[in-house]
Amino acid sequence: MDFAVVRGVSYALVHAPSLLVHMGTTQTVEREINPDSEYLNQFQKHLRSYQECVAYPTNQVYIGNMTPVQLAAVDRPWFERPVADASRYGKWGEVMPEDEFYGLMRIADSFNLVALEESFAKEIAARLAESPIWNDSDAARLGDGMPAAEVQAILDGGRAEPLYAGDRLVGCVKAAHERDRALTAHVMVENLSTKASGVLALRHLIKLNGLDAGEIDYIIECSEESCGDMNQRGGGNFAKAIGEMAGCKSATGSDVRGFCAAPAHAMVYAASLVQSGVFRNVVVVAGGATAKLGMNGRDHVKKGLPLLEDVLGAFAILVSANDGVNPVVRTDAVGRHTIGSGSSPQAVMTAIVLDPLERVGLKLAEVDKYSPEMQNPEITEPAGAGDVPKANFKMIAALAVKRGEIARTDIDSFVAEHGLPGFAPTQGHVPSGVPSIGYFRDEMLAGRMRRAQIIGKGSLFLGRMTNLFDGVSFLFEKNEGKKDEEKEDKRAEAGEPESRGELRKIMADALREVAQSLVKE
Amino acid sequence: MDLENQARVKELAEKYGAENVVVVIGGAEAEASGLTAETVTAGDPTYAGPLAGVQLGLSVWHIVEDDIKAEIDPAVYEDQVSMMEMVLDVDAIKEEVSTIREQYSKY
Repeated sequence: MDFAVVRGVSYALVHAPSLLVHMGTTQTVEREINPDSEYLNQFQKHLRSYQECVAYPTNQVYIGNMTPVQLAAVDRPWFERPVADASRYGKWGEVMPEDEFYGLMRIADSFNLVALEESFAKEIAARLAESPIWNDSDAARLGDGMPAAEVQAILDGGRAEPLYAGDRLVGCVKAAHERDRALTAHVMVENLSTKASGVLALRHLIKLNGLDAGEIDYIIECSEESCGDMNQRGGGNFAKAIGEMAGCKSATGSDVRGFCAAPAHAMVYAASLVQSGVFRNVVVVAGGATAKLGMNGRDHVKKGLPLLEDVLGAFAILVSANDGVNPVVRTDAVGRHTIGSGSSPQAVMTAIVLDPLERVGLKLAEVDKYSPEMQNPEITEPAGAGDVPKANFKMIAALAVKRGEIARTDIDSFVAEHGLPGFAPTQGHVPSGVPSIGYFRDEMLAGRMRRAQIIGKGSLFLGRMTNLFDGVSFLFEKNEGKKDEEKEDKRAEAGEPESRGELRKIMADALREVAQSLVKE
Repeated sequence: MDLENQARVKELAEKYGAENVVVVIGGAEAEASGLTAETVTAGDPTYAGPLAGVQLGLSVWHIVEDDIKAEIDPAVYEDQVSMMEMVLDVDAIKEEVSTIREQYSKY
């Protein structure tokens, strides 16, 4: 079986403190039901500066300037250990500041919904023009902005959301319809943020990997928002909307949803489309969720911590036909939580983690590293949710005990050997498995790792349609080289004629002759 | 505790009588399990949900507590819970939930 490979990755964050204040649901709900609360009086004092956000060790890991293994060696709390030589740009992307992101939202806006104040638009244009992801056509899309009084007049009309950079009003986002609740200004900010951060990741993917955007022929978008109107709330299609802004003219695409499990589902789809030969280059992309900004803010403020959930998370992964080099997505070892699997953690982990390994005759210890829900524990622990990745690694170790692979006393050492520290922002879909793919790919290409399992899990009850749990996984493995190519190499070494290449040439010549004769006729 | 679940517990207690309802918690952590136990006995400590100020005093247990474990078919327990028993801080959970139960459960 010729598995698909992961040819490139990008990971990007957007520092979004003002969107946290105005769009995060913890804050919007609090303002609605308890406008004079202690939390609302206090929480803005806990916002981080852009520099603090960039230097936060987990963010440096996410964009590829540090490895998760290096992070594990940093003492907690990480927010008190800024990375000395932290950089905005990393091997896989960047941490974009919020004001530039508003510019990107305007560039990504196809319906003239984002209005920026003119002096702000000018400042941002100058800065964005220096960005590696700037396209020539962006200047025209960004435009010149409008006078502050016009922005204010739109807001006074009551159907727009303000855009702030700290205390400064720099623009607004208009509702896209007079009555449609699926197109309110609030929803448009959410969806344009998802789209623009998805564009950020996709443009970086193309730039960093030296791709021709025209090579990409299918895009699967797997974020947590949905775009549509009142007649079809989840109509779609973020995938094409994002691809359009990255010059992917040859691509079509669609959106996949499944709460936090969506990226793992999307990777399985992408690998299957490539492996079947339907498409050669498929991108899996997702933008961030403004709703989740500051989600656990109450607990963080109560415990005197900074508001660590101040970033939008985005990623893009290119899945391509087997090149004999890049690590493969093993579709023969896809784990799936079925409708009949049951929802206890044991049933879930057995279905997603253990069953696919048994199917291909592997032991749990034969997977070098597992990447389940990779939430940053510094965010989840103060909120009472514990260290989520560590809990997952312990569950996997407990399965190994139950199968007699290891002794019960070896659980901790199994966790240390096969786990990684959580480093992903709590952006729902973003932590689930996929953030480690960049690191694993590098390790495999360097010959330091053989096999990893990427695990996506989703809490479907949140949508109130079912109490079923969900999850899907796949094995990500070092490429052993294409078998038939190896044979060719050996044949060539032995001085034998290159049968496959020769056959191809004969076929090509014959077809060309036929084509020419048809043209003549 | 989830507001939706608070509403469900309240509704069930009203429908069947608080003395006939037993709450079994499956929380993965002692503090969170304790908060759930407190919510269904002394009321929602965060004063955010339907059980704010409502002292149901229900009988509340965690699935890893011995008395509950004894009620369950060992084969089913092995199949559904034994893995988590190895993972969770069972002693801390037992301590937290039983303390709340002894303090606030009326049944």
